[in-house]
Amino acid sequence: MNKSVIFGALTIAGLTAGAAAAATLDDVKARGKLNCGVTTGLVGFAAPDANGEWKGFDVAVCRAVAAAVLGDATAVEFVPTTGKTRFTALASGEIDMLARNTTWTFSRDVDLKFDFVGVNYYDGQGFLVPKSLGVSSAKDLDGATVCIQTGTTTELNLADFFRANNISYEPVPIETNAEGTQQYLAGACDTYTTDASGLAATRATFENPGDHMLLPEIVSKEPLGPLVRHGDNEWGDIVRWTLNALITAEELGVSSANVAEMATSTNNPEVARLLGTEGTLGEMLGLDAEWAKRAIETQGNYGEIFATNIGEDTPIGLARGLNAQWTDGGLLYSPPFR
Amino acid sequence: MLLNDTRYRSLTLQAIAAILLALSLGYIVSNLLANLAAQDLNISFEFLGSPAGYDINQTLIDYTSQSSNMRAAVVGIINTLLVAFLACITATVFGVIAGVLRLSNNWLVAKLMSFYVEIFRNIPVLIWILIIYTIMTAVMPGARSYLGDDPDIDLLGGLFAFTNRGVYIPAPFFTSGIGGEEGSVINWLIVIAALFGSLFATRFMTARANKIQEDTGVRPNTLFINLAIWLVPLVVLAFILGLSWDIPDPLANRFNLRGGIQIGAPLIALWFALSIYTGAFIAENVRAGIQAVSKGQTEAASALGLRPNRTMSLVVLPQALRVIIPPLISQYLNITKNSSLAIAVGYADITATLGGITLNQTGRAIECVLLLMLFYLTISLLISAVMNVYNNAMKLKER
Repeated sequence: MNKSVIFGALTIAGLTAGAAAAATLDDVKARGKLNCGVTTGLVGFAAPDANGEWKGFDVAVCRAVAAAVLGDATAVEFVPTTGKTRFTALASGEIDMLARNTTWTFSRDVDLKFDFVGVNYYDGQGFLVPKSLGVSSAKDLDGATVCIQTGTTTELNLADFFRANNISYEPVPIETNAEGTQQYLAGACDTYTTDASGLAATRATFENPGDHMLLPEIVSKEPLGPLVRHGDNEWGDIVRWTLNALITAEELGVSSANVAEMATSTNNPEVARLLGTEGTLGEMLGLDAEWAKRAIETQGNYGEIFATNIGEDTPIGLARGLNAQWTDGGLLYSPPFR
Repeated sequence: MLLNDTRYRSLTLQAIAAILLALSLGYIVSNLLANLAAQDLNISFEFLGSPAGYDINQTLIDYTSQSSNMRAAVVGIINTLLVAFLACITATVFGVIAGVLRLSNNWLVAKLMSFYVEIFRNIPVLIWILIIYTIMTAVMPGARSYLGDDPDIDLLGGLFAFTNRGVYIPAPFFTSGIGGEEGSVINWLIVIAALFGSLFATRFMTARANKIQEDTGVRPNTLFINLAIWLVPLVVLAFILGLSWDIPDPLANRFNLRGGIQIGAPLIALWFALSIYTGAFIAENVRAGIQAVSKGQTEAASALGLRPNRTMSLVVLPQALRVIIPPLISQYLNITKNSSLAIAVGYADITATLGGITLNQTGRAIECVLLLMLFYLTISLLISAVMNVYNNAMKLKER
């Protein structure tokens, strides 16, 4: 009889878990905290700083959403996920959104039943090698041992690249970036491959970054962006338009420094709509009027977030490149706030 | 009253409990299926046939990134079985040696062995795997030290290389066997058949020697005949098939040695860690087994004039085996299951291929985990079955 009672309890627990997946916005509000999946630690994108506070490019997206939804950019529970655990964590409802430099692919969007809400970083897969190796092109890597994060699109790109060039390699699958760094520096692999931005971030943490270089080949398209579960479109809209608000803010010249002033004194109707002084965009999302204003105020616009976390003045030193606004010849192009 | 009838009461209660159990199980399964349907997920094993798309570093059968997920799983299964098999053998060797020596009268040896047992069984095996792997990659020389015309380190004896990516040893192959230079697996089957032939022949010789000893009291010397039975067929086969060795080549590639057999660092770390960890448990089993044999047996044996090592091998160990084998089975099962920690060092076992990369790339978590459970269950039951046969052969025969 005892067994039946336990099973009954389990079943009820299962049912409530099933029902809880319905309205993420209500859950987040009730909880007072946003559960956001990030990497286990990639400096510049998401890593705890010396005070244990999460900082980074992806972290800023989480915080912007928390600021928009809950009015408090610190009300975020960061859940570190590996390449393997991230999708299960999102699908099971353990996290509300995933901002973990995750590549937007067809099968993830369609088959895994997720919604990518946009692209916050246009990346491509590169190779990091020690300069002493004397390799100048990825096509010279015939027979090399390659460290690769398992469970990522880079694993498939790598296989495709070497097959297309008819050269061989030996993969060393690793779980986290830290492990990859250790293996690479110990010489257990000749080259480390992942998204070029991640490699630049990793190289910045080396003792002698100058001894290592990125090979010129970028072997894939890696549009990285935040994603949410399929099916809860209201929640997906909130995350999508928070990201778009950050991008639009840069385009319109709204920054964390001038957002309060712009909100009251702007003549530009789109800025007014974005910051909630005109129109009812916030209400349509199920939020208050100042949702985007808070996101920009606390995190800054896209350009500020880029510059403080991974820009050219940081140790990671990434150029804007493809990630410049469309007006500057880049790919960032937010739909209009109207 | 019927309720007071013990047989009726217990049967009824059991029937009710069984029905309730079945109902709740059914409810849980239907609940699972309903929730899966609500999330638009279906159970399908079609992904097993589609190309895997990724490469694996240790493949004992042909495999490319275009092979199917099913084949990737098989590669993983073979790798799991390989490391489990190797670790079972070495763990038994370590365990028996440490267990016997722990009872040694030599104070230093006995203390050293208890030190070994306590250190290794009280630290989690995952930590051991990581420690050994980290030490290997950090301490051993890089692969490039062996490469080029004028390498920093020469191959040991011109044959072996020890790098932080693994150990390279010469690989045997047959130049004039079936299938020509390319070689065919049949050649190896012939060699294995010859080895089995030798095994049975030596067993026959030993049985014959036992019979002669019982009849006449004089035991014929079988050592040289047995040695010849083992060696002569192998030498003849090696000559006929044209045995040759493929030696690791430092000049073929600028990154790694080519040729020979590469025993990868992940395999070595996993194999060694599982062996020493489980060896410590087996040592305790062996010690318990030996101590379970009453002291009178040893005393009786020495009263008959048997030397200590013969007492151990003829009197104590055969009786101790009856106590040792049942817990040994669970240690073998532990090794097999613990080998799933392989992913920590990037060894491509079934958990890493089917339960890791395939699961991740296809997103078919439930299907992959179900298959994994099925595999480990099957293999564990098989090991139990085989070991139980051995246990039955060893147990006390009541006459």
